[in-house]
Amino acid sequence: MAPPAATSTGESLARPEGWGGIVADWSSDQRTFKNVPWGKAMMWIFLLSDTFIFTCFLLSYMTVRMSTTVPWPNPSEIFALHIGGQPIPLILIAIMTFILISSSGTMAMAVNFGYRHDRVKSAILMLVTAAFGASFVGMQAFEWTKLIVEDGVRPWTNPFGAAQFGSTFFMITGFHGFHVSIGVIFLVIIARKVWRGDYDHGRPGYFTSRKGKYEAVEIMGLYWHFVDLVWVFIFAVFYLW
Amino acid sequence: MAISTPAEVPAEVEIVPAAEVPEVELYHAKSWVTKYVFSQDAKVIAIQYSFTAIAIGLVALVLSWLMRLQLGFPDSFSFIEPGDYYQFITMHGMIMVIYLLTALFLGGFGNYLIPLMVGARDMVFPYVNMVSYWVYLLAVLVLVASWFVPGGPTGAGWTLYPPQAILSGTPGAEWGIVLMLVSLALFIVGFTMGGLNYVVTVLQARTRGMSLMRMPLTVWGIFVATILALLAFPALFVGAVMMTLDRLLGTSFFMPAIVALGEHLEYGGGSPLLFQHLFWFFGHPEVYIVALPAFGIVSDLLSVHARRHIFGYRMMVWAIVAIGGLSFVVWAHHMYVSGMNPWFGFFFATTTLIIAVPTAIKVYNWTLTLWKANIQFTVPMLFAIAFIVTFLNGGITGLFLGNVVVDVPLSDTMFVVAHFHMVMGVAPILVIFGAIYHWYPLITGRMFNEALGQFHFWVTFVGAYTIFLPLHYLGFLGVPRRYFEMGETSFIPESAQTLNEFVTVVALIVGFAQLVFFFNMAWSAFKGKKAERNPWKACSLEWQTPEMPPGHGNFGETLPLVYRWPYEFGAPDVEEDFVPQNVPPDQVITKKGPEGLPGGAAVQPAE
Repeated sequence: MAPPAATSTGESLARPEGWGGIVADWSSDQRTFKNVPWGKAMMWIFLLSDTFIFTCFLLSYMTVRMSTTVPWPNPSEIFALHIGGQPIPLILIAIMTFILISSSGTMAMAVNFGYRHDRVKSAILMLVTAAFGASFVGMQAFEWTKLIVEDGVRPWTNPFGAAQFGSTFFMITGFHGFHVSIGVIFLVIIARKVWRGDYDHGRPGYFTSRKGKYEAVEIMGLYWHFVDLVWVFIFAVFYLW
Repeated sequence: MAISTPAEVPAEVEIVPAAEVPEVELYHAKSWVTKYVFSQDAKVIAIQYSFTAIAIGLVALVLSWLMRLQLGFPDSFSFIEPGDYYQFITMHGMIMVIYLLTALFLGGFGNYLIPLMVGARDMVFPYVNMVSYWVYLLAVLVLVASWFVPGGPTGAGWTLYPPQAILSGTPGAEWGIVLMLVSLALFIVGFTMGGLNYVVTVLQARTRGMSLMRMPLTVWGIFVATILALLAFPALFVGAVMMTLDRLLGTSFFMPAIVALGEHLEYGGGSPLLFQHLFWFFGHPEVYIVALPAFGIVSDLLSVHARRHIFGYRMMVWAIVAIGGLSFVVWAHHMYVSGMNPWFGFFFATTTLIIAVPTAIKVYNWTLTLWKANIQFTVPMLFAIAFIVTFLNGGITGLFLGNVVVDVPLSDTMFVVAHFHMVMGVAPILVIFGAIYHWYPLITGRMFNEALGQFHFWVTFVGAYTIFLPLHYLGFLGVPRRYFEMGETSFIPESAQTLNEFVTVVALIVGFAQLVFFFNMAWSAFKGKKAERNPWKACSLEWQTPEMPPGHGNFGETLPLVYRWPYEFGAPDVEEDFVPQNVPPDQVITKKGPEGLPGGAAVQPAE
């Protein structure tokens, strides 16, 4: 379709300055965020909504930690691994955190190579990211198993102190792990599409982007960095506090 | 993006740039099933949302009759036990607020009107939009299923406060509460899919010339309400997840140490207040999720049917935005009687009263829109004017309840019931009726029966006042809400019972009068007079489509170009009393002759 010509609306072009200019820019013709594809705008807004979910979870954790009358267990001791007979506090969590943050690095590189239309490198880096994510979930499964089988922690009770410790732990890390798992699945799906060159051909279907654009990789990246960022907060307020 | 300026246009005149986004490839339905059942067309999805919401809303209406029967004639109906009564209250409230009003305004009107009014072919993600409806339908079915499980639906009150919501003794504590929470979580998931669509469509998919400040207020109201919903529903989602865990796994997020029936329960250490905060952090914005679309729609109805531009358009937009922002910092005014630091009470009372400022601006502007206007007393207009009255009424009682010292004695009385029914029950429902009458010709291509519509209006409007004004008085007397019966309450006079009987009779009459509305809608859809194009002579884009009802893709070959705001009524020197948004300035026919004035001079710039 030939692009329609510019047309006069009969209104003055005078652009306001200061705050009025900000309003004029935000409310401007056709698109509020210029050159932002629909999917990217949608992912940002979704992540804002999801932020409220995780914020509510973490605030609830803080509230029940205050409301319970039983002492709160010390996470450094509970999340310690005995390596060579020596308890090392939070060692598994430290490795998990390192892996997840590294995966954000590979994801950022995948986005970069996507914009350079380097399909192979972009797809491989996404698969590496997915592998990091999968190993994170695997270690989380190991952590859960250890807590449930060896330490006898349950959502409703645990031998270390306040029952809410187990409740919030399983709920919050479970919800986060669910996000990581979903991310891994979609990383593989998008990587496959990048590998096949779907975005160069504008192949129809789901999770598409405009022909010749690798927006889907960046949108995937937004989600992945968000999940990573949420983990930093969970790590800080649940494990370190 | 480079803009080429045609030579004949002076430099200071605004140019509509070329389309920033190329035409999208729409999904074209190939079979009846993909066209009308699993449809990706926002208009069909809107109809699906509306029918489902109204159907479940009728269930809630019947529940209100049953409650009124018990209140008006206690001890007369053996089929209403105290437990049933609590189930009626809970399901009536939850259905009306969430499954009817939220779904109808955002899923129904939002889906139908946003793409048409901003000049888009469809929502930006039609497939996600379709899934949104089916998840919503699943949520409704899960809710309905709670009538068919042992113990029936939950009777915890629509606020579902723990600890009582999940303890034995509350009806539906076995199954009903779990289905309720699951249904709410599903609703939120489904809504999020739709809500993301509405917001991105408004932000990124408008047609050329449609700046945000040229959008009809209907779209503004739905847009801001959707943002509120996307940020408020997460709190309810989290609350629902945690209460489900408390109920099913025996965690103690909301459960303190409790002795029930002489037995020390396993729970301990949780915070019931936490749930109240989560619930009302959702619950108060929810009021505006329902009210803001109503504000927007009523602004358009008033302007079109008064043949006058909306007074203070920019002020109206800012008031919607301000109300949306403020609605997140007032939630604890629902919790004054739960106990809180007096300074918090002071803070929340102050923010609550500040909301009255933008709200009052809106009411003044509606009134000033009508001032010296050429008011047409059509059925939609009657409902719109009735909204101003009922909303003002409910808003003013809100000022009473927003103050801590006044709220404490009035809390949990019929006054509260009267207040919120007036402000977020009757008022938005009147707008919904007005909106259905207003857009009925667009959706069906036929006109409704005017006489039946007038009859329906007067019964509903007068009836609503007859029902809810006495409830204010009963509240002042101290008649509590949520009570199955008064029993031997010495401080309430006998005459209160007489009033209760009266209210019940009126409620039944008004309820049955709604059959007139449904008959009118159904009959007119097949036998009504064929509607002429743009029967209300409105300026906004949804009436300017090449077909009526609008076809697949909404706007035929090319998308419309927008030259002005949607309230160009009664412009001086113009032949007709309205100029649609998409008529170029040089085609506006002036009183001086058909050739018109040179570009732009016929129409004053919208301000």
